[in-house]
Amino acid sequence: MNYWPLLGIALVVIGFALRFNPLLVVVGAAVATGLLAGLDFAAVIEALGKAFNDNRYISVTWVILPVIGLLERYGLQQRARSLIESVRGATMGKLLVIYLGFRQITAALGMKDIGGHPQAVRPLVAPMAEAAAEKSHGALPKAEREQVLAMSAATDNVGLFFGEDIFFAIASILLIQGVFESYGYPLTPLELSVWAIPTAICAFIIHGWRIQALDRRLGRVKLKPVKEPAP
Amino acid sequence: MITYEWLYWLAGTFFAVWALLSLREGKWSNAAFWGLLAASFFAGSHLSDFANGVLVLALVAIAGTGRVTRSDPSTTTLAERQQLSDRLGNALFVPALIVPFTAVAGTLLYNYTALAETGLFEPRRETLILFGIGVLIALGAAMVWLKPPLIAPAQEGRRLIDSIGWAAILPQMLAALGAVFALAGVGEIIGDAAGEAIPDGSIFLTVVVFALGMALFTMIMGNAFAAFPVMAAAIGIPLLVETYGGNPAVIGAVGMLAGFCGTLLTPMAANFNIVPAALLELTDQNAVIRQQIGTALPLWLCNVVIIYVGAFLLWN
Repeated sequence: MNYWPLLGIALVVIGFALRFNPLLVVVGAAVATGLLAGLDFAAVIEALGKAFNDNRYISVTWVILPVIGLLERYGLQQRARSLIESVRGATMGKLLVIYLGFRQITAALGMKDIGGHPQAVRPLVAPMAEAAAEKSHGALPKAEREQVLAMSAATDNVGLFFGEDIFFAIASILLIQGVFESYGYPLTPLELSVWAIPTAICAFIIHGWRIQALDRRLGRVKLKPVKEPAP
Repeated sequence: MITYEWLYWLAGTFFAVWALLSLREGKWSNAAFWGLLAASFFAGSHLSDFANGVLVLALVAIAGTGRVTRSDPSTTTLAERQQLSDRLGNALFVPALIVPFTAVAGTLLYNYTALAETGLFEPRRETLILFGIGVLIALGAAMVWLKPPLIAPAQEGRRLIDSIGWAAILPQMLAALGAVFALAGVGEIIGDAAGEAIPDGSIFLTVVVFALGMALFTMIMGNAFAAFPVMAAAIGIPLLVETYGGNPAVIGAVGMLAGFCGTLLTPMAANFNIVPAALLELTDQNAVIRQQIGTALPLWLCNVVIIYVGAFLLWN
């Protein structure tokens, strides 16, 4: 077997690790992989062009940006913050754990388009989490503020990934069903989706605990190293 | 019938406007980048594969050399935003919620009523099409209610798309890389190697290799969908199901979820991991992945245990 095409994967790993521009890394890896597999250059460019064109629907979602931008112009993020500030006892931990559960349950009911990064995390969830964190811990240094924002995005991902497979009519369940059927194992979507439940529960417990742990860590008093007075 | 082609025209129009606004400001590279993307949306279906490929190379040449930069169209100040937010109140959430509501409620309504028989939407494309319709409704509602200058939504959208920059097309580009990997037979090679790495006779270790293969191959490809058929064909079905007699439903369902743990760990899953870092304007491009490591690793272990217990201990 020709193992050379794997060099393309190595290029991706090295390129990302060295923080080259990801677009350059991806196209470089695609061309290298194709050539090493014995395709000629024009065929690689054609494959790349065809696949890019077939996947245009992925980038269609950016049409949401004018809506989000316009609402931000009129104070949407500030509104999200004041809403959380007005809730007594709201902490970042509670807020994100509730969002995690909400995202898992709605995704499990097939509503995976509630939430998402451009439409929910940037304008609503992240500012709310930041406001809640500041409410309990005071103004946050830059590094910790970014941790809170990143945790908001991570929570959206975890909630989506480990909720959506409980819904039986979702692409990944249909893919599993299709693969097993082609090997002579007919399964129903429902048989598969119930087995997503144990992992969903583990995900809620593990990620929920980590959210709370971050909230506690932010609250810790930071002792600055005090210089010993010179003798 | 409303098809994806309609959405491509909608997106093409938005990107063309952003290109023109960039041009007016003398931001040539941004104009060229968004202009090429608009061309892809308008004309991609009619261009040859090779021409589309050249378009991809041109996009990468512009963005890969760091020429797509942030812009700063005039907008409200932070103090003004605070005032507006106090005055407008929670009604500000309504237009933002129109989009997911239209997509979700519309999809349910369309699929579970007689509407599906009208054939209004291209089959299985209704959610994204309804998302596009939701955007237009939300935009219309916000314009009527807030009465901003007509150019404001375009400029505010441009501020955001320019802050995302090259990351905006990374997910689409990675999907294209996946297609080239498939063409080059990378999946078969990995499956072959994973099949050979199996220790003989240990069910538990076979489960571990299967789950590890799912996670690692998902990290390489950026999504579990590409990894699943390969790992199922190499290990899941021949060894776990046929040789060791495991429960196929558990192996399939939880094997996929072990792959999802890999999705949390890889910059290749740009849509979930890199784009949000850009959207939230974080300094570290991998900040979201860093927050996910501590969840993904223990959760992957849980999946190994669930497969072992559910597919073997409880089943036999």
